Amino acid sequence: MSLWESPSEVATALERAGYLADPKIAQVVYLADRLEKPILAEGPAGVGKTALAVAIATAGGRRLVRLQCYEGLDEAKALYEWNYHKQLLRIQADEGRAWDTLEGDIFTRDFLLTRPLLEAISSDDPVVLLIDEVDRVEMETEALLLEVLDAFQITIPELGTMEARSRPIVVLTSNNTRELSEALKRRCLFLHITYPTAERERDILLARVPGLPERLATRIAEVVRSLRELPVRKAPSVSESIDWARTLLALGIEDVDAGVTADTINVLLKYQTDIDKALVTLGAPPG
Amino acid sequence: MIGTLVSFVDELRQVGVPVSMVEALDAASALEHTDLGDREAFRASLAATLVKNARHVATFDATFDVFFGMRAADSSGDEAVTAGDDVGAEPTGGGGGGPDAGELFDAIVAALASGDRDAVRTLARRAVSELSGIQPGRPVGGRYYYYRVMRRLGAESLVDRLLGATGDDGDDPLDARLRAERAQVAAESFRSEVRQEIIRRLVEDRGPEAVAQTLRSPLVEDVDLMHATREELARLDAVIAPLARKLATRLADRLRRGRRGRLDVRRTIRRSLEHGGALVAPKFKPPRVSKPELILLCDVSGSMATFARFTLQLTYAISHHFSRVRSFAFVDGIDEVTRYFGPGVDFADAVVDMSAGATLVWRDGHSDYGAALDSFLDRYGDVVTARSTVIITGDARSNYRDARPELVEELARRARALFWLNPESHRYWDTGDSVMSLYGPHCADVVEVRTLRQLERFVERVALHRRFARRA
Repeated sequence: MSLWESPSEVATALERAGYLADPKIAQVVYLADRLEKPILAEGPAGVGKTALAVAIATAGGRRLVRLQCYEGLDEAKALYEWNYHKQLLRIQADEGRAWDTLEGDIFTRDFLLTRPLLEAISSDDPVVLLIDEVDRVEMETEALLLEVLDAFQITIPELGTMEARSRPIVVLTSNNTRELSEALKRRCLFLHITYPTAERERDILLARVPGLPERLATRIAEVVRSLRELPVRKAPSVSESIDWARTLLALGIEDVDAGVTADTINVLLKYQTDIDKALVTLGAPPG
Repeated sequence: MIGTLVSFVDELRQVGVPVSMVEALDAASALEHTDLGDREAFRASLAATLVKNARHVATFDATFDVFFGMRAADSSGDEAVTAGDDVGAEPTGGGGGGPDAGELFDAIVAALASGDRDAVRTLARRAVSELSGIQPGRPVGGRYYYYRVMRRLGAESLVDRLLGATGDDGDDPLDARLRAERAQVAAESFRSEVRQEIIRRLVEDRGPEAVAQTLRSPLVEDVDLMHATREELARLDAVIAPLARKLATRLADRLRRGRRGRLDVRRTIRRSLEHGGALVAPKFKPPRVSKPELILLCDVSGSMATFARFTLQLTYAISHHFSRVRSFAFVDGIDEVTRYFGPGVDFADAVVDMSAGATLVWRDGHSDYGAALDSFLDRYGDVVTARSTVIITGDARSNYRDARPELVEELARRARALFWLNPESHRYWDTGDSVMSLYGPHCADVVEVRTLRQLERFVERVALHRRFARRA
């Protein structure tokens, strides 16, 4: 059951959800829906990887289930966990019953705490599953995901295999802090998201910052693009250029020149060395 | 279509992009859901299924252009080209240039300045048909034709002309910078049109497989560091920082979970309370890692400088795995350069600062390993202790001067371990003025490090303190 008929329909739907997708992104999202394969979105921080998943959910009218990855994430936090306390209460309440019947009782779905992955699989309505910053989990934990991503099923020893009632659209994001395993990458459609072109960034600014004059948006997009060319430690992200646009709008500034940029540059750049470098290029005295 | 896809995948594998069987099948099924007339959609489908590493995207794009670039050519453009061909072929072809090229160049500048992409494409086609002198069947690489077109056009002045064409609108430094960048982008768009047009012509003539073979360029991790072109250096610069970061993450991960430390009695007993005092799960302290000191001696003469920079950059990225990192640079004299490389420093800048600030040349600026090592031992000899790992980078080409291998032996005796990184292919060691085999026997290991891939592997090895067998 597919959501969309063509990539351009995907783009329109995403745009209505507040996300301006370029043709590449639209095509990959369309493929993910058609081929029922997860998307692995990789790219620098702040280019809208997570926002893409949120937008897909909104555009497709689906619920978003989010699994935030972190170091030390394990089965109990990602898949499911038995509710020990409830099981214990059950055993105490039923004291004296034969073990065989009791065992059958306490290992049922009533005693299962669902975690994001199981929740996504067992949901009656199709969902969008976002596995955020998958590069943060250890290599070994990655393997947990494979069964879900491959066959959309989860095996619970006591209950057997639970198949997905509906196919979720899965989006994984990675900030590229480490190489993901081949096994994981092979199962995904790889989407490398980079900084948008100046034209697209202008459109994003116009869509996200109400009341922004088009001329100013064009200018902001160009300046930000130029700053990204510098060898800085942390290039300004799309979300930072949106912040900058809001700042300039709030300050009532209509034209961006070197002076204005120098005064407000700390919205865009977060390291002192980067700021100094940018100021030198702008011809302003550092500090 | 499937046939072309198969040879496309073959070519990707040849260049070194790992494409598995499953991924090739995915690509085929992705194409069933792709509008084949839309080149960017087509490219996106193949990229999403075949390339799983951001480092390989550039290689993929280049190969894609060779195999599927032709499909972009709309019929009207083709006619124009054929017509142009006849014209170009008749009047000597070789003569080129002259007033015609000048007029064409003016038109190109005007089209770029106004941002008319279709006009730029048409003009690029005209430039290729009139100026490249492509002869069917001649096995000449595309780059040759590209430079020929550019030279005949006088395209080196393109950026300047574009700057002139857009005119001045204020002398704000920001404006100036943006204008310069706009000109650069426009010029690059023209260059890429020309490149694509040449590729398209060559493919028409010889088929994509043959053209891909002549244009094949290595993956960025396989680029020869010593002979990297400017374009390859830019690619290397773009990947080295993420690569270093990944290496650091991987090492941290490995060390944390590697060995376990001593039994942590306090935590074990505390934990046992959960089980009514039974010692069920022992707890261990994190391992105490002994961190060696790292001393880098880098030959920074001529072509060695780039290699030294990458070595320094990768090493400093994981400097927390060492108790201390000190670096020295030498040509025929040696100086400590540790102060130039702090956290968060831009390495390209730092190397420039270093060359300006440190005194590395004492005599004529040709590397002299004997003299450099002599003054190192003399001035900094006590730096090297049984806790230091010493890494020397250089090609061991001492310009026929006294090699003094006994100094290397002395260094190796004092240090915990001594490694030599040589960026030349080992086939060239000991040819000409290379004295690698005089130094080699004293080192714990002599490693050929020609590419980023090899460099990464070596740095990881050193950081994990693996013991090496002493070379015989």
